[in-house]
Amino acid sequence: MPSDTDIAVDVRNAVKRYGDFTALKQISLSIRDNEFFTLLGPSGCGKTTLLRMIAGFEDVTEGAIFLFGDEIEKLPPHKRPVNTVFQNYALFPHMTVLDNVGFGLEMMGRSKTEARKRAGEVLEMVQLGQFSHRKPAQLSGGQQQRVALARALAPRPKVLLLDEPLSALDLKLRKAMQVELKHLQRETGITFIFVTHDQEEALTMSDRIAVMSAGALQQLGEAREIYERPRNVFVADFIGDTNLLDVAVDRIEQGRAQCHLGGGHQLTCDAVEGIGAGANVHMSLRPERLYLSAEPIEVESLKGRVRETIFIGTDTATIVDLADGPQFTIRSSNSTRGNARVFEPGAEVFVNMEQGAARLLVD
Amino acid sequence: MAGGGATGGSVQTDTYAGARGWLLLPAWVTLGILTLAPLAIMLVYSFLTKEFRGGVIWEFSLDAYDQFFFDRGLFGDAPPQIEWTYIGIFWRSIWQAGLATLLSLLIGFPTAYFIATRPEKQRALWVFLVTIPYWVNLLIRTVSMKFLLRDQGPLNEGLMALGVISEPLTIVNTNLAVQLGLFYSYLPFMVLPIYAAVERYNFALSEAAADLYAPRWTILRRILIPAVKPGILAGCILVFVPSLGSFLAPDLLGGARNFMIGSLIEEQFKGNAGNWPFGAAASMILLTMVLILLIVSARQSQKEAR
Amino acid sequence: MATRPYDLRRYPGFLGITILCLVILYAPLLVVTIYSFNSSPSITNWEEFSFRWYVDVFTGPESDKFKQAAWNSLIIAIIAATTATTIATLAATAVLRAGRFRLRTLSIGLISLPLMVPEIVTAVATLIFFNAIAFERGLMTILLAHIAFCIPFAYMPISARMQGIEATYEQAAQDLYATRRQAFTRILLPLMMPGIVSGFILAFIISLDDFIITNFVKGAGVETLPTAIFGAVKQGIKPNIMAISTLLLAVSIVMVTLSWIIGRKDKTS
Repeated sequence: MPSDTDIAVDVRNAVKRYGDFTALKQISLSIRDNEFFTLLGPSGCGKTTLLRMIAGFEDVTEGAIFLFGDEIEKLPPHKRPVNTVFQNYALFPHMTVLDNVGFGLEMMGRSKTEARKRAGEVLEMVQLGQFSHRKPAQLSGGQQQRVALARALAPRPKVLLLDEPLSALDLKLRKAMQVELKHLQRETGITFIFVTHDQEEALTMSDRIAVMSAGALQQLGEAREIYERPRNVFVADFIGDTNLLDVAVDRIEQGRAQCHLGGGHQLTCDAVEGIGAGANVHMSLRPERLYLSAEPIEVESLKGRVRETIFIGTDTATIVDLADGPQFTIRSSNSTRGNARVFEPGAEVFVNMEQGAARLLVD
Repeated sequence: MAGGGATGGSVQTDTYAGARGWLLLPAWVTLGILTLAPLAIMLVYSFLTKEFRGGVIWEFSLDAYDQFFFDRGLFGDAPPQIEWTYIGIFWRSIWQAGLATLLSLLIGFPTAYFIATRPEKQRALWVFLVTIPYWVNLLIRTVSMKFLLRDQGPLNEGLMALGVISEPLTIVNTNLAVQLGLFYSYLPFMVLPIYAAVERYNFALSEAAADLYAPRWTILRRILIPAVKPGILAGCILVFVPSLGSFLAPDLLGGARNFMIGSLIEEQFKGNAGNWPFGAAASMILLTMVLILLIVSARQSQKEAR
Repeated sequence: MATRPYDLRRYPGFLGITILCLVILYAPLLVVTIYSFNSSPSITNWEEFSFRWYVDVFTGPESDKFKQAAWNSLIIAIIAATTATTIATLAATAVLRAGRFRLRTLSIGLISLPLMVPEIVTAVATLIFFNAIAFERGLMTILLAHIAFCIPFAYMPISARMQGIEATYEQAAQDLYATRRQAFTRILLPLMMPGIVSGFILAFIISLDDFIITNFVKGAGVETLPTAIFGAVKQGIKPNIMAISTLLLAVSIVMVTLSWIIGRKDKTS
């Protein structure tokens, strides 16, 4: 259990309403000091609203926000020691890069020379030292992105907020910036709160992820935990590809749940708190944790027939119709060391699963 | 909402909400005292009794409106009949302004269309060319028009030298001169909204119509004009309204026979014929007409937008 | 003969009408400019090229009257445009940057009111107003009237510009510890400058241009350039009037071109 001083941002029962519309429904979460924290969700889920509430651009309808133990939700933005990297950067077009980066320090009351000196240092850190006298419009998208980052880092904020900062960049540049951002976070030791709708980006960069949907927190945890043990249908479906099956729980024994699905196929997986015998729930099976065989390997190998085989570069996806049951997608690596054996459409196969591949979902 | 971040400007624009009272105060004070209050006082004056050498006597009277609409004979004791003089002047003004608007539309639409279909870089220059004359003093433009059109003016001299006509054309002091003057005064108001509408028009619609066998002029009539109708309507209003109350063009180009509302009102406040309550009443009637027109057209464009 | 490729956008005759339109717009101005250089005292016959009437404007018998009128026009235009631009800038900030509030729509209506009311009606109302409060007519009444009707003209380019500036700039400034006032002076105002300059020029020209309202509210013997010219034209167009007109025309065109260039430059940056 982290102590209070380890908590950078503490959101307690925060609610945001616009008239009749509730954008955030009672969110509570604690963001630890020095972590790379991501708010992940589809557009309209409330993640940007939450970020803007921390920055001070949206008032909090109900609840409170603490920053290192101080209540801040009533403070105007310019009195909060947090800085934001805006989605479209919002670089001041009439100022040079150097003056943009030095602006925050100047507003904090530092002298112009001091502000410029520090701005120069930060620009060196993001490898833009030679561009300091240009106007923002004279820079490429990637360079503007770095300037925005430098500007937000220059005043040494306690927390850095990033509002989908990479969404305007092309794929290659985005990948490079993901690595660089992660590196920068480690180097500066500043808490990063990162907003994105891109689940892959979130998995790549984050220490912890909060998955949000429809103004509510769906699951909070480390990247691997969220991927491997999604709590509900939304999380399982939103993050990565998955096979979602309707299952009925027959009985629970020694922490294991025995279930059956359509066509009478039997499956056993770890029991989940809140799901008892007799429940009809969903089950998530990640396609890459399934494998095919020509003969049954285990007791619970599921018999089916190959419908389609799809080549997707690194992997091959095989779609299998279970006898009288649901459809499955199975992914196998195309590496020669892998045990990938390609089955032709129409072939009879058995679907097997790795330990812990099946996961029951609460809703 | 996450969508809010993408558009930025449209969602969060309350940065100066705390200071809004102070920011608006100068505008309210200035316009309240110098525009709203005068209009209210003008309404009051239109119900007062006239003083003979200009000004008013503070006594309630309906004389001004009575004089506008009814004829009670020389001594005011004959049975009231409809007074056609002033209604006629208003009617002529509407007619003249309407024809000027039509003229502006006939020339302004093709011009606006032509400009809007130029390559993007040239458009600003064309718009600039059409709007420059508007920025020249209206009085000077009207005087120049009169100079050009008068009987011994360059237009007539030129046409006679070319042998097109043998006698000078009388243009000044005719309705046509007034319409030309009004056209000249307010043409950019017609061109600019139509230009903006055509520029926004999606020409894929024309292509779709052509693909479905519509010839060029049918496309114009059935597809393009309905699509840019709000622009056309705005242009017509913007030309018609100022034309209706204009003073310089009818006064300088129209002469005594082509009297319009503007001159009628002006006369009430100049010289000895002055009748302030009557001038105020005529102004009120003009203002009411214009406001009704603006409200109706705003309703119309709102309906179109839906 | 090769036929032109079928172009859906082209309508035959539209180019001709556009040219006709430009001819109608420019012919009167061109003719007056040319005749202003005519040495003859008659406006009908061309004698020879000369600056005679320009010299007359500055030294002739009527020069004192016109110089005084020009001076009045200039002073009024500068003060009215400056005041109107300031008021309009503040009002635009309230309308576009202060959220939604009850008086917002009403304020927009009030600001555009002078545009909707026919000019002659504004003139009558203003005259009656000054009469009712027994405010003596003179330069001051002209100035006050000009300030009021210049506000919407200054407001239009300013609000158009402000709508184009995303609120995130000011939010970024506040995020970087700028107070509201600092965000306004350091970020919004500099970004607004092209709009403010256009608004000022527009208001300046409108004030310089105005005849109807000035003619109503001016005191006896107080003239601006348009009222002085109108008075002279009533006695017939004379060559010196054409010289003055040409000078004014040149001033207007220079100013509009200037504002156009400022506007274009800004877009390309």
